[in-house]
Amino acid sequence: MRIFDPHIHMSSRTTDDYEAMYSAGVRALVEPAFWLGQPRSTVGAFVDYFDSLLGWERYRAAQFGIQHHCTIALNPKEANDPRLLDVLDELPRYLVKDRVVAVGEVGFDSMTPAEHTVFARQLELAIANDLPVLVHTPHRDKAQGTRRTLEIIAESGIPPERVVIDHLNEMTVGIVADSGCWMGFSIYPHTKMTEQRMVAVLREYGTDRMLVNSAADWGRSDPLKTRRTGDAMLADGFTAQDVETVLWDNPVAFYGQSGRLELAEVELDPIGVFQGSSVKRGGE
Amino acid sequence: MTADPLTYLPANAWIDDALVTVHADPDAIRLLFPAVGRNCGRGPLREDSPWTVDDAVRVLLLAALPYTGERLAEELTALYRQGDTAERRGVLRALPRLEPRIGALALPLVRDAVATNDARLISAALGDYAARHIDVEAFRHAVLKCVFLSIPLGDIAGLADRVDEELVRMLVDYAQERAAAGRDVPVDVWPIVDRYLCDSQD
Repeated sequence: MRIFDPHIHMSSRTTDDYEAMYSAGVRALVEPAFWLGQPRSTVGAFVDYFDSLLGWERYRAAQFGIQHHCTIALNPKEANDPRLLDVLDELPRYLVKDRVVAVGEVGFDSMTPAEHTVFARQLELAIANDLPVLVHTPHRDKAQGTRRTLEIIAESGIPPERVVIDHLNEMTVGIVADSGCWMGFSIYPHTKMTEQRMVAVLREYGTDRMLVNSAADWGRSDPLKTRRTGDAMLADGFTAQDVETVLWDNPVAFYGQSGRLELAEVELDPIGVFQGSSVKRGGE
Repeated sequence: MTADPLTYLPANAWIDDALVTVHADPDAIRLLFPAVGRNCGRGPLREDSPWTVDDAVRVLLLAALPYTGERLAEELTALYRQGDTAERRGVLRALPRLEPRIGALALPLVRDAVATNDARLISAALGDYAARHIDVEAFRHAVLKCVFLSIPLGDIAGLADRVDEELVRMLVDYAQERAAAGRDVPVDVWPIVDRYLCDSQD
């Protein structure tokens, strides 16, 4: 099974996870810029974080045979901190970088005016840089948040096929399906969606414009939930081609709109040694 | 002396346009520099060359900057600091060519690169520019870093001329430490140690 995880925060994960993901079939992923649990207090902290998404984390993934891409944005939660608004001025130079395949995560957390302003501004940046957009939907008041999200996207003028609305569930999938945007689902061990509920959604709505991710981060989460969903689809009678559509072709089609995906088998640094076990430490 | 890598760069309209743009507006290099790979390619410049196509294009763009001295060093530093690995490598590759215009002012970038654990940056940093400018302590540690990261020592410019007793001691200590741990010693360490010992006996 070949897997593209379209949303996973690898900076928070271990090399064991990279190994297990490779064994499970993950060959490519997108790491969206998001908040880190601990709030940041300076623009410089974001610059360092963006640089690590483009630099160190890409390098680390490559040691394990996985193509790493990222999305860049000021996330909705931290959009509420006025000390961080200047992050928006740093974005243009990041949005021209290789392997930056979308603007994201943007959207709403608590649906404040500040979040609205930052969201709308970043939709403009996506249009200006010809990039797709990854939109987070709130944990609280999700249905209302999703409706407002779709209104703001429509107002921005960005074509819906260049937008994915993420963290959907049975309550929110319908309105997004009708909007023409892509539908993202985060499969979590205890919250959000389970793989069985995901299979039921796929039965009802089909595989078109559907993205399944682990959204694994520093919280309780499982980077193999993409694989588990593929297994659950097969167990439910979906074909191997259906699984390939959802877990590979769809993320490739969506993020491929950036023109910046790198999907060739990872060419390991010819002067480094790929050992498959860990990032080299002390000349291992 | 091998041929100038830039002579192998295929013609490309994007490059021509980018050079015109940089001539007219040097600030434009900040947005062009990251886009080189996807517009010109990232493959090897030619078979067995450590240079990639995007390396060569970035060197051309940097050479087109109408700056010298501190101003040039400032721009190189900004592009390096804001660059991903490929962009940083491009800056490092340009240093020997820009040397008449910057002297030793770009040395902090070389030091930064050899302090990383990224073999691509370290290899690119240890070219002719580092060979001429980096101080002996930093050079020794850079060589040891190469041994740690399995970077072929043959790639380090000027190594033969700069091997000294202290570097040999560091390499021998490292080899003993590896042997004590029951691990192999990179084979390219011994010729350097042997050659130094032979020369010093002459």
